[in-house]
Amino acid sequence: MAPASSAVKAVPLLANVRGRRLLAPEREQWSGMAESMKAGGAGLLALWGTDDRDRDGCFRIHAAYLLPDEVVLVEHALPAGSESYPGLGPLFPVAGRLQRSVADLLGLRAEGGDERGWLRHGGWPETFFPLRRDSPATARFARISAPYPFVAVSGDGVHEIPVGPVHAGTIEPGNFRFSVVGEKVLRLEERLGYTHKGVARRFEQLSQSEGQRLAARLSGDSAVAFSWAYCAALEAVTGVAVPPRAAALRALVLERERIANHLGDLGALGNDAGFAFGLAQFSRLKEDLLRANAQALGARYPFDFVVPGGVARDLPAGAPAALTTQLGALETAITELRRIYDDHPGLQDRFREAGRLERELAGTLGALGLAARASGLGRDLRVDQPWPPYDRLAPKLAVRTEGDVAARVQVRFDEVLESIRLCRLLLDGLPDGATGVEVPAAEPDRLGIGLIEGWRGPVLIALHAGPGGAIRRCHPHDPSCQNWPLLEFAILGNIVPDFPLINKSFNLSYSGQDG
Amino acid sequence: MLEVLKRIARGGVLSEPLPTADEVRREQGRLQSSLLEVVGRALCIRHVDAGSCNGCELEIHALNNPYYNLEGAGIRFVASPRHADLLLVTGPVSVNMEEALRRTYDATPDPKLVVAVGDCGACGGVFGESYASLGSIAKVIPVDVTVPGCPPTPVAILQGILGATRKAPSRGRNP
Repeated sequence: MAPASSAVKAVPLLANVRGRRLLAPEREQWSGMAESMKAGGAGLLALWGTDDRDRDGCFRIHAAYLLPDEVVLVEHALPAGSESYPGLGPLFPVAGRLQRSVADLLGLRAEGGDERGWLRHGGWPETFFPLRRDSPATARFARISAPYPFVAVSGDGVHEIPVGPVHAGTIEPGNFRFSVVGEKVLRLEERLGYTHKGVARRFEQLSQSEGQRLAARLSGDSAVAFSWAYCAALEAVTGVAVPPRAAALRALVLERERIANHLGDLGALGNDAGFAFGLAQFSRLKEDLLRANAQALGARYPFDFVVPGGVARDLPAGAPAALTTQLGALETAITELRRIYDDHPGLQDRFREAGRLERELAGTLGALGLAARASGLGRDLRVDQPWPPYDRLAPKLAVRTEGDVAARVQVRFDEVLESIRLCRLLLDGLPDGATGVEVPAAEPDRLGIGLIEGWRGPVLIALHAGPGGAIRRCHPHDPSCQNWPLLEFAILGNIVPDFPLINKSFNLSYSGQDG
Repeated sequence: MLEVLKRIARGGVLSEPLPTADEVRREQGRLQSSLLEVVGRALCIRHVDAGSCNGCELEIHALNNPYYNLEGAGIRFVASPRHADLLLVTGPVSVNMEEALRRTYDATPDPKLVVAVGDCGACGGVFGESYASLGSIAKVIPVDVTVPGCPPTPVAILQGILGATRKAPSRGRNP
């Protein structure tokens, strides 16, 4: 029997959802926990490392696992002087890129698996690790040539199409390498990391109260989700309860963010299938929504509406009624457009069977959010682990089983209509009272987790508090990390000209994954 | 098909008067005459995300919606920098995008205009400068106009484009 000191120790998890925090002192326990998580049906949600050598001479590696009813955090202190840990790739394919990111930023190597750089593209030397505490914040480097070895596909008639990082449309940068025969895709390999801005290091230069501004800008289309996740993490470490009115207003803006993104995507998906009418109609509806945001929330995109302790401002008088009226008009228009989309043979011909991702593969790859729900994996934090105010709203789960572009379109339609219902409920029963409370500085060394179901899927913020209101370490995680690899599989056997449509049906964040 | 036509007919011309529509239309009118003076034809824009959070992209997308109707003003987004008169650049320039941004700039024929969009493009924004972020666009390529805002509104971006067309293009200047 192992001595008591090296047993796995459970400590309370400070988070806005149910969870456990387990300290695994031995490397076998780190691996064993991963195996039991896998056996219990958990997915690996996030992976990050911390440099605690200033405290106890150790680096630590942290894994967050998501189960239907809780989040489990496992952390393992590497033995002093060690810079490697057992890799999780064989159990959780998503671990591959996450481990490569940890290696690039902190210099901790996962044993086994891909050792190519992921976020480091030659912009800083292999010996510089930005998240080590002895790495100077002022360090700047001359660029070094760092060719990236894509996996080559050989065979008669196989050729490669390199795309990016600057793309043809108004989208973010990334590199796609297609190996094709004729027009059929045999393999797609993504290379991401182009928008890596060093956000984790940047967080450490901000105070706990300033961190929300950066969190809102990790992925602009999910600004509300990330702001809320950051604030939820900070509120968890400080033990602050948000007033009911503030919680309701946060949910209102989160649902409006979901509606805005879904409307944008529904229009763009129509356009990518040659139905420009869809883009004109949905982009108009989205603009209506944004203008209403400007009136009611003070900004078309309310990046800094959710702030620590509550929200930055209350709704002006008359706003709830005006928003409710507009939501009614929006619902009517969307219902009509949905019928047009559903009944349009040309559109459905492009949507159906395109970019299919089977349920089993989606499960193995750890798919999250709307992409998972379109492949039959019915997970939604708002439903599974509702935090206030979702605990009193009973959101309905949108799930489809086909896993193709058509299914991802249908999930969006279902969700946008459900979000309209939730917004109406929220506006109708808006609690009275304060819109915020003071948030004190967190006790040093506390760790808080904020987990919020954004429009794309769950976004996570892990906040390690430092002394005097400082951020010791903050790790953000975007569900795009899980879902980018899905695209590499969904495209297989499809034709290259369908890539924009299939890509848009996932609409993943580059900035969110790159960090 | 009938449903589609009915919906279009019922929607009518969508750039109907709205709180900001007059202002937008006025800007568009000025823009068109300014374009004719400076470029002598329609303006082609190539957007480059040099490391943004994708917030600015959302508002650039909005420029093509029926209210702002950018194409109606003779401005369109093109797929290649080789077809472009103006680069609309977002983001703090990430270290990983520096080379791609320079090469996109070099691939754009002279005379060319550069509009840096957003607080990040103007000064690095909340990301600042670090091992991974070079900060403002102007640190990497010559910039004619910057449009502050986080994200800037479509009207502000439109005004930035207008401002750039009024300036003498940066003919092959080196940074």
